[in-house]
Amino acid sequence: MSLEELHHIVEEERKAQAAFQHRIFVCSGTACQSAHSDTVQTALQAEIKARGLEHHCDITGGGCRGLCAAGPMVSVEPQGILYEGVAPDDAAAILDSLDGEPVARLQADTDAPFYARQVKVVLEHSGKLNPESLEGYLAAGGYTALMKAVTEMTPAQVLDEVMRSGLRGRGGAGYRTGLKWSTVAKAHGALKYVVCNGDEGDPGAFMDRSVMEDYPHRVIEGMTIAAYAVGASEGFLYVRAEYPLAVKRLQLAIRQAQRHNLLGSNILGTSFSFTIQIRLGAGAFVCGEETALIASIEGKRGQPRPRPPYPAEAGLWGKPTLINNVESYGNIVPIIREGADWYASIGTEKSHGTKVFALSGRIVNTGLIEVPMGMTLREIVYDIGGGIPDGKELKAIQTGGPSGGCIPAQYLDMPVDYESLLKLGSFMGSGGMIIMDETSCMVDVAQYFMEFCMSESCGKCIPCRVGTAQMYDLLKKITSGTATLNDLAQLEELCDLVKNTSLCGLGQAAPNPVLSTLRYFREEYLAHIVEKRCPAGVCKIHGAQSPEHPSHTEQEVLS
Amino acid sequence: MSRVVTLKINNQDVSGRDDESVLQVARDNGVDLPTLCHLDGLHDIGACRLCLVEVEGVPKLLPACTTLVAEGMHIRTDSERLNRYRRQIVELLFVEGNHICSVCVSNGHCDLQGLAVELGIVHVDYNYRYPKRPVDASHSRFIFDGNRCVLCTRCVRVCDEIEGAHTWDVRGRGIKSEVITDLDQPWGESPTCTTCGKCVQVCPTGALFEKGKSVAEMHKRREFLPYLTTMREKTTK
Repeated sequence: MSLEELHHIVEEERKAQAAFQHRIFVCSGTACQSAHSDTVQTALQAEIKARGLEHHCDITGGGCRGLCAAGPMVSVEPQGILYEGVAPDDAAAILDSLDGEPVARLQADTDAPFYARQVKVVLEHSGKLNPESLEGYLAAGGYTALMKAVTEMTPAQVLDEVMRSGLRGRGGAGYRTGLKWSTVAKAHGALKYVVCNGDEGDPGAFMDRSVMEDYPHRVIEGMTIAAYAVGASEGFLYVRAEYPLAVKRLQLAIRQAQRHNLLGSNILGTSFSFTIQIRLGAGAFVCGEETALIASIEGKRGQPRPRPPYPAEAGLWGKPTLINNVESYGNIVPIIREGADWYASIGTEKSHGTKVFALSGRIVNTGLIEVPMGMTLREIVYDIGGGIPDGKELKAIQTGGPSGGCIPAQYLDMPVDYESLLKLGSFMGSGGMIIMDETSCMVDVAQYFMEFCMSESCGKCIPCRVGTAQMYDLLKKITSGTATLNDLAQLEELCDLVKNTSLCGLGQAAPNPVLSTLRYFREEYLAHIVEKRCPAGVCKIHGAQSPEHPSHTEQEVLS
Repeated sequence: MSRVVTLKINNQDVSGRDDESVLQVARDNGVDLPTLCHLDGLHDIGACRLCLVEVEGVPKLLPACTTLVAEGMHIRTDSERLNRYRRQIVELLFVEGNHICSVCVSNGHCDLQGLAVELGIVHVDYNYRYPKRPVDASHSRFIFDGNRCVLCTRCVRVCDEIEGAHTWDVRGRGIKSEVITDLDQPWGESPTCTTCGKCVQVCPTGALFEKGKSVAEMHKRREFLPYLTTMREKTTK
């Protein structure tokens, strides 16, 4: 397909969209679907048909609007009206109001900080796009970045743009994306691979799921631009099988892109060729680690291997391989389209751009948000998140999943960027943010994450395999009130061992939840051990016993 | 073509080729390092973490078996910290399985026992896990006793890389990992096992042994493996 034909499709689609006076989007993301948004869509469709408004009002599935707690969400464009908590019975009322005043009882306040304070770059279409329509994506400016890259730019120019944007890997560690790309570009070999890591597995994280479900074409476009820049000809999208909707939409998007020559041989009439295949993860958390992910794609047991050699040099089947996270690829499109300088102007000095976070736990507005790097935790929790429900006090914020840590309330004014979080003993991670209030016991939280690390350890290296199991047992002893101060010392000793000697990043980070809670909430550990009580009242400790080591007072241990 | 490089191991000037591992160069120069998953003749996986060394300028500890030497490297193999980690790792191995030396066929010729002696481990601080693990005596000549397995995967690799049968593999994750034959069938019913016995000879502990051997009677022959790989390399050249 030539560029002219593509432009023709865009014009046709825009004309078709303009012919409708109203366009209704019903969120079809996983969260809204579980709140039965499909029945809402069917009811609206039936109502439109009954009133003979088919040529007046368009209705399609849309993407996530972010406020998952208030689903199902319905938006009416171009008026920009957003309804929340819509039921099938509301269909008539919504259609009645199309040319008049919006239905006040359902209307969401889009001027509220939750919407107004966000900066959408990766989620720029804000759900007002049918995820299953290539034409819709094209009409919204989709694939213009790819066109620009392959027809107007050399691979070196694309690399330079990504480098200058300062984009850092959104999968967690924050490695400079441009540097990674240029390493793969420089690696020897005619055959190179581009891999997208969609194996999002942190508890409480659903950023990548939303990006894949709502903007599958954007992920594909980002990967294709990456392939052009590094000289790769084959791509793999590794998605966990627990995301069936994302898999379905990505498959559809790949087929649509192939049919329109946006993927395949001689893309857009140039000499550049690139194909993408989907590989499903079988549920192992460790397969989010890049070398384990590579082994899994190769059909082997998903276990990490020592690096170097890094995948950029010897990855998939020993060939140079570029691995980026879903959100990183999602950032590529605006960087190429708007330019590196524009992107670098967002965020802080060392962390550019925006970050998508999944807010969950004890917070009023549970859902998906995108904010510029450097926003403070206070703004995220209290302005965007709406604060803590039931008038409770904020206690800690867990970031970075099982590899991350708990940030106590006194650091609420810290800006959220890679360096600041590391300084606090936590980790940016892929973007899960779990808010905890006074009813959460921090030892219990550490035990929960350790149980996760233990059951998700691959079992290859001894410190992680046995160390996490021993640490879990020790934490269980503490929460059940049977631990001694010796157990605490052993727990700390194991943290040091597992952190410094494990083979892969997951093992090395497995002690983080314990280390960070010990750092900020040591008195809670001591309350369990010495006083045999759980300050938050979460852990079941039967009958307070006398301390086993009466010679150690709490003060002595704390000093 | 590999090149000769010079480096320092424990402040001793040594030389090696740049395609050799730190472990090879250290051992060639009389510096020994404790290892468990490593075995000359099998490819290295860096799993047991016993050969971790400190390299100046590198914040992380690196496994000597999978790290190649480079010009000007400063390597420390015997710091107090490294030895403490090594002792902890071996202790964790002891609590993971059910290692009762006094009744073991490999008593006195066991790599795990040897490591404990070498590292001066006289007692174990951690809680024993006492897992329930079955014994597979279905094979006509050999026995697999999972209680003594340390998951070094030497059997898996020798069967795959040298014998070419790939009878052994690992199943399960984390602390539940275990080696299995074929698709977890009894060893004796394995259609792929050639009864070559290489797995038995490379096993560091008494997890794999010959039938009819009693306490302390199981001596393993490891020498055949480097010989075999060298001969293979020669014939394929």
